[in-house]
Amino acid sequence: MMGKNALAGALLTLLAAGLPSLGTTAETAETLTIAGAGATFPAPLYQRWIIDYRQIRPNLAFTYEAVGSGEGVSRFLAGTVDFGASDAALSDKDLAQVDPARGALMIPMTAGMVVLAYNIPGVHEGLTLKRDVYLDIFAGRIRTWDDPRIRASNPGLALPSKAIVPVVRRDSSGTTFAFTNHLGAIDPWWSAEGPGIGKLIDWPGTAMTARGNEGVAQRVKITDGAIGYMEYEFAERLGMPVAILENRSGLPVMPSPGAGQAALASASEIPEDLRLFVPDPEGAEAYPIVSYTWILLNEHYADPAKATALRDALTWGLDQGQRVARDLGYVPLPEPMIAKAREALARVHP
Amino acid sequence: MARLFAAADSATSVSGPPSAGDYATDSLFRGIAWFSAFLIIVLTGYILWEILREAFPAIQAHGLGFITGTTWNVNKAEFGVLPEIWGTLYSSLLALFLGGTFGIAIAIFLTQDFIDHRLATVFRTVIEMLAAIPSVVFGLWGIFVLIPLLKPGAEWLHSQFGWFPLFSTDLAGPGMAPAALVLAIMILPTVAAISVDAFRRIPYKVKEAAYGMGTTRWEAILKVMLPTASSGILAALVLGFGRALGETMALAMLIGNANQISLSLFSPANTLASLLASTFPEAGQIEVQALMYAALVLLVITFIVNVAGLAVQQYTIRKFEGKK
Repeated sequence: MMGKNALAGALLTLLAAGLPSLGTTAETAETLTIAGAGATFPAPLYQRWIIDYRQIRPNLAFTYEAVGSGEGVSRFLAGTVDFGASDAALSDKDLAQVDPARGALMIPMTAGMVVLAYNIPGVHEGLTLKRDVYLDIFAGRIRTWDDPRIRASNPGLALPSKAIVPVVRRDSSGTTFAFTNHLGAIDPWWSAEGPGIGKLIDWPGTAMTARGNEGVAQRVKITDGAIGYMEYEFAERLGMPVAILENRSGLPVMPSPGAGQAALASASEIPEDLRLFVPDPEGAEAYPIVSYTWILLNEHYADPAKATALRDALTWGLDQGQRVARDLGYVPLPEPMIAKAREALARVHP
Repeated sequence: MARLFAAADSATSVSGPPSAGDYATDSLFRGIAWFSAFLIIVLTGYILWEILREAFPAIQAHGLGFITGTTWNVNKAEFGVLPEIWGTLYSSLLALFLGGTFGIAIAIFLTQDFIDHRLATVFRTVIEMLAAIPSVVFGLWGIFVLIPLLKPGAEWLHSQFGWFPLFSTDLAGPGMAPAALVLAIMILPTVAAISVDAFRRIPYKVKEAAYGMGTTRWEAILKVMLPTASSGILAALVLGFGRALGETMALAMLIGNANQISLSLFSPANTLASLLASTFPEAGQIEVQALMYAALVLLVITFIVNVAGLAVQQYTIRKFEGKK
């Protein structure tokens, strides 16, 4: 009985696996496929760009696999993808591993806000968190929603005595880097003795771990008392409320494209390698947690068609793509950054 | 010899000596059977060797501290799997308790003349169909049906009996209770099907003899049938437990993936298999070694469970079936 079931299952699986491969052989051979992988943070935007760009250049097939920044960087360094994507750019350690014959460029494509989405029974909007409070929530030092420190900044909310369940990333993630980089800027304790700054860190034991921005969003959605960090678009898509955070000037700010732009504008010096982090932006209207996100390119591509295609596509992304970015809840790049990114793109050659 | 049989061979009779083709088929089949049997051992050995080889640097670096450690920190290269070992054993034991109780009860129900024989076959088929449901479907069902269903009950238990360690936290969403329940459902077909076979193997005259001695139905079931079938039922439980230990997908979706040790049925936890599944795809080299070590720990746990199960089974065979 069981043997037969297993056999039937195996046959079905074989059939299912066989069907799509039959489909792909029928496709035209002239399409140039360009494969990329990396951050989940800008994935909704990149996937949208790929669809839009297909209308303009039907013979180019871009693929983007959202596997997390850490994996994106290692695949880029190993040369298994044509381009990588990371919200933490390339670290100096990563840069040292770049094959000099190919070279590496970091092109900022868009920026985003890291929001804290929550799922508190009975609270559907308006949760305001002070800087030290959200740090302590993720450090595991504030454990219930009716903690006096949370109540102090939310006098109008009926906060339940439920346990706080922080939801964090289990994979190596640029979003984690942006978030912890910000927490480290708030309080030196975080980086010195606390969990530390990085793409993958050791969170307190009560935290639930999930994979990818979408995994964190989904986990927060189904867990009472959960709070998790993710890119704005992911919280928006699942219709989850996001916390109003206190910024460096001590003012509460709701995440919005305007607040994100104000945050990016606060950092005016753009370094030569375009690796600009804004861990704790200044300004009364600035949203406190923002991050650029980069596409990683080689300077030199063996296939000239690929070099041209990538250069054209990313130039399009820096130009018309920025409008799409705004529609999807990302923060469009500031003008000076776009100009610098274009200069860098020009260095891609066959 | 061959010539002697040749005459008989040419006649088209039903009976006759085996032909050269028969001999060839026979030895070919024997060869294949031997090869397959050998391959199983080689493959198991190879997998074990490969895991050991990959895990060796981690074993050297962490030693037994790996089993007692509670942090998993890639940056500091500190690895410990005690929370995962705890979660694996706790969830599997809970599932074994629930799935085992129901599985054996179902087996008794289906074999001890409670219902019509044909109806019993229908029931059995339905239970076995549970085994064909992909575990990701169980996971989704757990998230969208089971967790919302459990929440009110868990909340009440926590508010009334919060002092009791099993209910010391609230069920926020994913956690031990939904994971163990789904696991119990997943091992149910295994336990039930093998237990049914164990009961069916008992000759009918044993039950007739029990009734003949004046036992009631329940005396016959509990004092005669159950002990006689006990070795088969134990085999069912060991297999079910093994399945629970190794189950990955549904648990990764339901258990909450939190690196902590808690007695509470409602707090999130983690298991070795779900740690492996969720961390492997993008682990760096040092982490892969640690993960291989974790896989080895899981293998050893499974091995111990199987050996212990076998020992208990031998004991019950001696005690209840009178064989030596």
